[in-house]
Amino acid sequence: MILRAEKLSKRYFRRTGQANHFYAVREVCLELHPGEVTVLMGRSGSGKTTLLHMLSGLLRPDEGSVWLGDAELYRLDDGVLSRLRNARIGVVPQGRSAIDSLTVWENILLPGLLYNGNERRLEAERWMDALGIAALRDARPAELSGGELRRMAIARALTQNPEVLLADEPTGDLDDENTIRALSALRDAAHGEGKAVLLVSHEEEARRYADRIYRMDGGKLTAL
Amino acid sequence: MKASQLPIKNLMRRPGRTAAMILLSALLALSVFGGSVVVRSLQSGLNSLEARLGADIIVLPAEAESKVSFKNLLLQGTAGAYYMDASALDRVREVEGVEIAAPQTFLASLKADCCSIKVQVIGVDPESDYVVKPWIEQSYARELGDMDLVVGCLVTADVGEIMRVYDQRCHVVARLARTGTGLDTAVYCTMDTMKALLAAAEAKGVSHKITSDGRERISAIYVKVRDGYDVDAVNSKLNGHVRKATAVRTRSMITGVSDSLAGISRTIALLVGVVWVMALAILLVAFAMMIHERRREFAVLRLLGTSRRGLSRLILSETALCSLLGGLAGIAAAAAVVFPFTTLIESRLGLPYLTPHAGAVLALAAGTLAATLVIGALAGGWAAYRLSRTDPGTTLREGA
Repeated sequence: MILRAEKLSKRYFRRTGQANHFYAVREVCLELHPGEVTVLMGRSGSGKTTLLHMLSGLLRPDEGSVWLGDAELYRLDDGVLSRLRNARIGVVPQGRSAIDSLTVWENILLPGLLYNGNERRLEAERWMDALGIAALRDARPAELSGGELRRMAIARALTQNPEVLLADEPTGDLDDENTIRALSALRDAAHGEGKAVLLVSHEEEARRYADRIYRMDGGKLTAL
Repeated sequence: MKASQLPIKNLMRRPGRTAAMILLSALLALSVFGGSVVVRSLQSGLNSLEARLGADIIVLPAEAESKVSFKNLLLQGTAGAYYMDASALDRVREVEGVEIAAPQTFLASLKADCCSIKVQVIGVDPESDYVVKPWIEQSYARELGDMDLVVGCLVTADVGEIMRVYDQRCHVVARLARTGTGLDTAVYCTMDTMKALLAAAEAKGVSHKITSDGRERISAIYVKVRDGYDVDAVNSKLNGHVRKATAVRTRSMITGVSDSLAGISRTIALLVGVVWVMALAILLVAFAMMIHERRREFAVLRLLGTSRRGLSRLILSETALCSLLGGLAGIAAAAAVVFPFTTLIESRLGLPYLTPHAGAVLALAAGTLAATLVIGALAGGWAAYRLSRTDPGTTLREGA
């Protein structure tokens, strides 16, 4: 097991009849294992994205803890946590995540450049090929479609060569062919390279690539 | 590509936004540098005037007050044509407390065939003069001979040139350092040369019967008061003892100038202050808008592993680049406005105006640049601080 979440909870303010807050995630325990694809399914608003952000160290939980190996993420200093995220956790967020001032190629190489200047060109070329965006190398994000941007974000996370890869609706903007490409690439990263992959998705197609499946409903996690 | 190139790429990606930031910084630098140079020039001019004047009291013919303002006498060098009998010099020297009394005689040349240029000629007595002589000695170490002229720095005559004054051939032997006053447009000679020029002027029918009666005339007496004597008391005594003359304390003339200078300095400082506050406010709003617009991009950088400190460094690098470019542009623009129009500014303000030396100007430019960078850093730092308080996860969730 690489990543472990213990009794994670996150509340948000919302004026309701009974209380002035609601639980987006409630006492969730989860483990991600090397070489496995874990698929997290659930309806919109069920807390999937909130959970993913907490697992990646981007959103501090109100309760509970997240462990990456021996390191408890939210006890780390911001500098250490950021460096750790850069080295060991790859994230594909929902929506646009490109840096507009950089080309597709530069966007993909960026994580490797932030600390050690390791551009990982070979990995970048490999994943761009695998995801069908090799021809877009010099294009600007503004010139790309939603699907192309999504595949660029996946290629960037894979090029980062992390131990844990967390992808939030990675196939949301993709057609069938590219959905298969993307899911295959993520599965290859898990099965071929031993990465722990978490796929947040509400698409049934994702089930076919899963080693474990969970469902979230009302902030609670259930294994299927 | 290197990660350090990211700020430059970000700025180049949005040229309009970048240009607006640079323009704001340039406006700030222009006002600060331009204002500082003008104020320093006025202060330098006043210092130069005080240092060069040296006299405690000036005794002028009673008629002088109606012909020229005392302030202009000092600042514009409008010495004019007013004369008193040279015996007034002896009367002045009789007054207790007068240490040195140095006479000067004024004559204006004409814009006519007889004169090379229209200029104010000031005759000084080499024996007693302590006002102009030290200043002349900085440029011309020898004694002034007959028909020798030393010209102010703004007089259009070169050293070695022959200048005609009422058809008298005079030799330009030296050029004086700039004072920032109207005296820069005057020429200086000995009293003997002045007598020859006055006679020539009278022969041309343009003077005021100042030599025809055989009595010597002078235009002003510069008095230095002996140590231990009260200048006001000596001034009163002079007014009582010397007939048909007025003794004026130079300090009172300088004070008037100094007051005007203080007023102008205050106004400029206020304007600079207003521009600073406005620029800071506008920069804060502009940076806040920029951060808001790019909050998702910054959240993505956090997601990729950029720390809060790294993000602040990125934002501050962008603001520093804008401030640096704007600061340099503003300083260059201010220099292009202030330096070529020194004479115009001087005549408009009617105050002594002496541009500081290159070292001081460079120091002002460096200070302005530093101030512009500080303002940029404050605005950028505030924006970065606000950004660091937001969870990137929350931003990504909101903007998805």
